[in-house]
Amino acid sequence: MSEVKYSKEHEWIKLEGNIATIGITKHATEMLGDIVFTELPEKGSNVEKDGTAGVVESTKAASDVYTPVSGEVVDLNQSIVDDPSKINQDPENSAWFFKLKIKDKSEMDTLMNKDEYDKFAKESSA
Amino acid sequence: MGKRVNMDTKKTSLYQLHQDSKAKFVDFAGYQMPIQYSEGIVEEHRFTRNHSGIFDVSHMGQLFIYGQEDLVDDLERIFPLDLKNLKLNHSKYSFLMSDNAGIYDDLIITKIKDGFLIILNAACKENDFKILKALLNNKYKMILDEERSLIAIQGPKSVQILKSVIQGVENLNFMSGNWFTLDYHNIYVTRSGYTGEDGFEVSITNEFADRFTRRLIDKGAKLIGLGARDTLRLEAGLCLYGHELSKDKTPVEANLKWAISKERILKGNFIGSDIITKQLNSGVSKIRVGVKPEGRIIAREKTKIYNESDLEIGVITSGTFGPSVNGPVAMGYVENEFSKKNTKIFLEVRGKKHPATICSLPFYKKNYVKGFN
Repeated sequence: MSEVKYSKEHEWIKLEGNIATIGITKHATEMLGDIVFTELPEKGSNVEKDGTAGVVESTKAASDVYTPVSGEVVDLNQSIVDDPSKINQDPENSAWFFKLKIKDKSEMDTLMNKDEYDKFAKESSA
Repeated sequence: MGKRVNMDTKKTSLYQLHQDSKAKFVDFAGYQMPIQYSEGIVEEHRFTRNHSGIFDVSHMGQLFIYGQEDLVDDLERIFPLDLKNLKLNHSKYSFLMSDNAGIYDDLIITKIKDGFLIILNAACKENDFKILKALLNNKYKMILDEERSLIAIQGPKSVQILKSVIQGVENLNFMSGNWFTLDYHNIYVTRSGYTGEDGFEVSITNEFADRFTRRLIDKGAKLIGLGARDTLRLEAGLCLYGHELSKDKTPVEANLKWAISKERILKGNFIGSDIITKQLNSGVSKIRVGVKPEGRIIAREKTKIYNESDLEIGVITSGTFGPSVNGPVAMGYVENEFSKKNTKIFLEVRGKKHPATICSLPFYKKNYVKGFN
């Protein structure tokens, strides 16, 4: 069974075994507007919980993408680098950013579930 | 992420229409202005290039100065223009400068019956008014008109749309204007713009602005926000005050010497003429250029520019993704010796140096309707 959790920085994370798939939420894409540039971490590199693990840029501004958990980058989604507009089209599914082999599953515990995140997103944009 | 809108800011006459059109607002020069509508910047940009976009630019200053020959003489001491030969209803791009030729503002000045109409940048207009009033010794009637809105309609279909509402605008040439009457309202229309497309700017009474704009929308034009206005002007290689232009830059450094009258340079009796003449004769140390990053990397304002020997040679003043170019575009200032087209440079973005080249402007070819005179 996979579970999806959400961070306060508007990333989603789906855990299957010890592999976490990470992307940004639909709410984040709505705040950013049209995404025109994406930068991903290097494959094989290690990223730390709450550290920078990429960049998205809209026509307006650049925003950092953070990783909600620590781990080794084992896969990247090159299609969102080649065509960043895919992130606006399908942010919480095919337009995932990177996959991590995670070290510590307990890092997931501090993250929000869907209902908590929806409430948080609604309040933070009010 | 969304910036809160300060409640003290002013609203334009189209505020309700913006709200009805689901605008996202930003505080710009003390006004609540639409940055984008529901379709987003890229779609708004493309719609303007392919069809017709409406821009609320009512935050900009509309300064009417009334006077006869004395006024022409006095304004020639301020602006580097041949105003004596500026025909009625014709417009020129110019600058309000300091004694050191630093740019206080860039503007469009139009000869109208009994005087001139000057369109000023929103953030500069109050200061411009004070400076001009002092320079003109309070001799002339000057009105920074808050009773009129300014609405731009830009893009290839704009002439068809606007003429179906105001007959006769199709006969205007680029950088000229005229008065028109619609439902007993006096409207001043110029063929001009800030997108690189054919289009018009319409000065209209506040009370009529909303109804007029809704008519344009009924004819197929769409509202476009400041976000797309910025990507459009950047692709067209046009300067934005506070970015490419400032008190620390001269028109020669800004690569805008085309806007300075050659006749007036020879006489040299305008504010800043000493510096302008000197720079035209001996060159400038830094100059505005177009910058084309390789790949998709976006170099924003303040990005440092390096040469191939890793020496810092300049800085980016505006940079974004150009939807019509389908790639990143930027402008900046570099040391003169590195300003030649196709010069290889490097842009420092998030700690890494990315290759780019100096390129000619505009990034996107203009579609202006040229005058026949």
